[in-house]
Amino acid sequence: MDKVSTIEGRAIPLGLKNVDTDVIIPAHWLKTVSREGLGKGAFETIRQAPGNPFDVEDFAGAPILIAGDNFGCGSSREHAAWALLDLGITAVIAPSFSDIFSGNAFKNGILTVELPQDQVDRLLEITVDHPVTIDLENQTVTTPFQDRFAFEVDPFRKHCLLEGLDEIGLTLERGAEIETHEQQRAQALPWLDAPQRRDAA
Amino acid sequence: MASKPRTLYEKIWDAHVVERRDDGTCILYIDRHLVHEVTSPQAFEALRLAGRKVRRPDLTLAVPDHNLPTTPRTDTAGNRLPIEDPQSAAQLAALEANAPAFGIDYIDATAPEQGIVHVVGPEQGFSLPGATIVCGDSHTAAHGGIGALAFGIGTSEVEHVLATQTLQLRPSKSMEVRVEGELGPGVTPKDLILHIIGVIGTAGGTGHVIEYRGPVFEQMSVEGRLTVCNMSIEGGARAGLIAPDDTVFSYLEGRPYAPRGEAWDKAVAWWQTLHSDPDAVFDKTVVINAADVEPTVSWGTSPEDVVPVGGVVPTPESFADPSKQSAARKSLDYMGLEPGQRIEDIAIENVFIGSCTNSRIEDLRAAADVLKGRTKASNVRWAIVVPGSGLVKRQAEAEGLDQIFTAAGFEWREPGCSACLAMNPDKVPPGERCASTSNRNFVGRQGPGARTHLVSPAMAAAAAVTGRLADVRTLAPCQAVDA
Repeated sequence: MDKVSTIEGRAIPLGLKNVDTDVIIPAHWLKTVSREGLGKGAFETIRQAPGNPFDVEDFAGAPILIAGDNFGCGSSREHAAWALLDLGITAVIAPSFSDIFSGNAFKNGILTVELPQDQVDRLLEITVDHPVTIDLENQTVTTPFQDRFAFEVDPFRKHCLLEGLDEIGLTLERGAEIETHEQQRAQALPWLDAPQRRDAA
Repeated sequence: MASKPRTLYEKIWDAHVVERRDDGTCILYIDRHLVHEVTSPQAFEALRLAGRKVRRPDLTLAVPDHNLPTTPRTDTAGNRLPIEDPQSAAQLAALEANAPAFGIDYIDATAPEQGIVHVVGPEQGFSLPGATIVCGDSHTAAHGGIGALAFGIGTSEVEHVLATQTLQLRPSKSMEVRVEGELGPGVTPKDLILHIIGVIGTAGGTGHVIEYRGPVFEQMSVEGRLTVCNMSIEGGARAGLIAPDDTVFSYLEGRPYAPRGEAWDKAVAWWQTLHSDPDAVFDKTVVINAADVEPTVSWGTSPEDVVPVGGVVPTPESFADPSKQSAARKSLDYMGLEPGQRIEDIAIENVFIGSCTNSRIEDLRAAADVLKGRTKASNVRWAIVVPGSGLVKRQAEAEGLDQIFTAAGFEWREPGCSACLAMNPDKVPPGERCASTSNRNFVGRQGPGARTHLVSPAMAAAAAVTGRLADVRTLAPCQAVDA
């Protein structure tokens, strides 16, 4: 995973709440065996409407998206995160995120920044004409004006993002602990450790 | 630790912690991993690139469901028919190759056991009470209906579980949804969960695991419990669960992957301890009065947009939150509805009975009860039944339900996810309406421009015969509701 520290640039002021993952990437785009190229299908329905924020020239290649409450609700499809990355979006700011989406975003180095609705509203106004800066190390969002909004981030996720760590690699380092757990489980809950096979039925 | 009263969720969580870090993050052991064709190819590919193996192929089960056409899969001679869409065919081929290459048990698209992964897991006894169960699909929450801690994961997490049989997670908060009293006649588990989502909202359970409690659930069939837990994710909760009891144990006994003999007895003894302690504290409690629940339908493009079937389409201004008002305006525009319009005046052209929410045998029985001796209305262009698995299909055929459906003008299909998310050829045309037993009424979910009304199987059948959204209770003498 690439290291993430500061994300600076224009932000697409989408603002909608309950943006579900079917809106981020409709199901017919999921018939792929690759993580690449999903930007073409990202926000397909929204982008069909003339004058939508994705069409505004100033926002071309913008690294940040600003949305409303409960961003990424619905399906667990990681294609939503891959589609954002393919559009060049590496951070989303919203009052709240669905649990599964924020996990998927993190695994792909996309920063999800939770700010209260009034601060998101302020950013939605400013970003029409101005860039914003997200500083992960200091956990702040700043604007060219005097705005400085602090945000919370899970310390483990922050560490992984700043260092560009591979989570699977980290877990595999705990192989001995996993093995111990498996041995205890085989004793205490043997039916969970060794399921019947279907062909043995 | 042992003396502190714990919730059911905490008991299952604690039994699976491999390691707890100071910041609260845990390495959590995963007992069962279900894999399907859409969210796994990139995970297997990444394993290959990193030279990693599947740690516990014996705890993993693969079955295709999302992409498969629901038209016949073999010709009359039993030869397999090709899938026309090359991308769907490629995804299926990838799973067919990946499962044996990594030593994973695989249920073939033409096997009688094939079906929607969340129907197959419990039906095969692969999903068990007290187990941690994951799948690259958000409706994995369904398996909570048998008392498992089950939740959807993304593809990177699929890869993580394949490689390590664990996930790195922080514990969720706990939320109690307590339902007091009894459901009225003609009111089903689907109506109940739609009502609950209407009360808590689509973000009401975010960051929480829901435990559904109350006499309603104790009396509910396993199928009904799976329906309720399935839609926990529509209330924002990654998982929802119901304490396992004798109803669940009877359902599981003798299923192919379920423990047998001494292992079965030992398992039941542990499962009987899996309930929240009397003094356990939940972070949040919501109380629902079962008597308030009517047959429920959705009017908008979010699962929280629900009303009783006897109600009207709401006025956007009736919502206090300005952003909800503008969302409601957009929804009504997409749905082609007017504020104040009576729900029962909404004509429909399509009916879909299926999905991991409502495609089990009791769902099909409930719909067939309504359809018996009736036919679909002339304005209903397309009506399909997609059983949740080949075994459900066989059971329904043994009971003659397929005859009732086809006599009523429904098409009787092969198992799969089908028109719930329209990845396969089963789509609702743009601008048309569908009474659907599925779980999501999102914009474009059942096909671009499709307008979805979420309903129970009995209500879908009522919509088919009347050609509009209709109160099933006014249609037929109320029969014993067992779904």
